[in-house]
Amino acid sequence: MSLDAALLEIVLLSLRVSGFALLLSVLLGIPAGLLLGLRRFPGRRLAVAAVYTGMAFPPVVIGLFVYLLLSRNGPLGGLALPFIPSLFTPQAMILAQTILAFPLVAGFTMAAVGGVDPALRVQVRALGASHWQATWAVLEEARGGVVAAVAAGFGGIISEVGAVMIVGGNIEHRTRVLTTAIVLETGKGNFDLAIALSLVLLGLAFSANFLIVYLQGRSFDP
Amino acid sequence: MNEILYALSGVTKAYGRRTVLAVDDLTIRRGETLAVVGPSGAGKSTLLRLLNFLEPAATGTISFGGQTIVGGDDAPLAVLRRITTVFQRPVLLKRTVAANVAYGLGLRGQRNTQAVVAKILDAVGLSHLAGEKARSLSGGEAQRVALARALVLHPDVLLLDEPTANLDPANVALIEQAVAQMCREQGTTVVFVTHNLFQARRMGDRVALMLDGRLVEVGDTDAFFEHPVDPRTAAFVRGEMVY
Ligand SMILES: Nc1ncnc2c1ncn2[C@@H]1O[C@H](COP(=O)(O)OP(=O)(O)OP(=O)(O)O)[C@@H](O)[C@H]1O
Ligand SMILES: [Mg+2]
Repeated sequence: MSLDAALLEIVLLSLRVSGFALLLSVLLGIPAGLLLGLRRFPGRRLAVAAVYTGMAFPPVVIGLFVYLLLSRNGPLGGLALPFIPSLFTPQAMILAQTILAFPLVAGFTMAAVGGVDPALRVQVRALGASHWQATWAVLEEARGGVVAAVAAGFGGIISEVGAVMIVGGNIEHRTRVLTTAIVLETGKGNFDLAIALSLVLLGLAFSANFLIVYLQGRSFDP
Repeated sequence: MNEILYALSGVTKAYGRRTVLAVDDLTIRRGETLAVVGPSGAGKSTLLRLLNFLEPAATGTISFGGQTIVGGDDAPLAVLRRITTVFQRPVLLKRTVAANVAYGLGLRGQRNTQAVVAKILDAVGLSHLAGEKARSLSGGEAQRVALARALVLHPDVLLLDEPTANLDPANVALIEQAVAQMCREQGTTVVFVTHNLFQARRMGDRVALMLDGRLVEVGDTDAFFEHPVDPRTAAFVRGEMVY
């Protein structure tokens, strides 16, 4: 396998793992952020504290947690159910990264919708909005912050190494992603390759963020 | 003009421990224009929020078209959509002026609203700003956008909280005409809050004075100004301190 093909394989797997994890964490994190930012309910403060803690959680700890969960002796690994991923697979890495990105997406979304003038909701209700329409109006108003939440989630997982290393195992052709490849090549003294991989990673992170900012400016500004 | 649209009985509203509104009895007839006057903090805006069923009352009942309605999150959407308020401090959406005006129609599933939106913007003298970002408008322009956004819905009930507070005399006349025309043509019921007693007199079929959350006097406009029953009303219309 040529160097280019190997590089491409690693890049594609990185995008697949982090892309899926981002999708899942957005689907879960935006509703959670809305709930925490807009509703008052018992246990809310506890949940907010948990989200803040999650936002600053070290990826290796999440990696360890998921490892223990999925290992053969763990509570989920022992069940051997079809939808529970096995260790050292991309699916296990997706699970770990979803857990990492979820609090970032939820936390930033919460802050964004919490910053919207509460009078807006009353205003759109007075114009005839249903509860869903009113919530949507608040989300649209906070769109800049919500897009930032998605970008923060992506930035948090595409560049993390601890969790994917532990649950993925950095297996060539199977679970090797950009960050784990960089660690490996640096350890082997292959600095040229490590630097090349790093530049690709930087480029990816930058392009994704640029795309998000660009889309935000294009389609959302009136 | 005789059919009763709203009937309030024993309605109170409290924030924390403070009761800010206590309306023992108030009826509003379909198609009438009721002006609400009173000093700052009297509870006028609070009354409008209750009439729009945006908040629940603490006690008492509000019937609307013969049906008792509980305001707040559980208020029936069909009722909510027959009423709209132009707030004292209108919140415009982060969109164009035209999109703000079309917003309520969109909520009701109406598309292709360009023509009606253009017409209403013309009526409030804002055609030239249709494509501008609503958030960049001056206070008076924003207020007229908020009014256009309400008028375009053809509500059964239009609640106006100091709708002309930021406007110059020419625009005040324009807005008063637009509202009066809608009442005439569509039989809209209007409740409006104003600090301008001349406006209350020009626009109101009846006038209500609110003090400390209570309705001191509600009467036909001429009687309210010429022969007030309550001495506090007499003092208020003379511009004397009553609070
Ligand atoms: N959401 C709220 N929370 C707490 N207190 C409130 C709230 N809304 C209104 N109040 C209080 O209720 C009282 C009546 O307020 P309201 O806005 O109805 O007065 P107003 O007659 O409209 O006054 P103004 O002429 O200044 O607009 C005020 O003392 C106000 O502080
Ligand atoms: Mg007020």
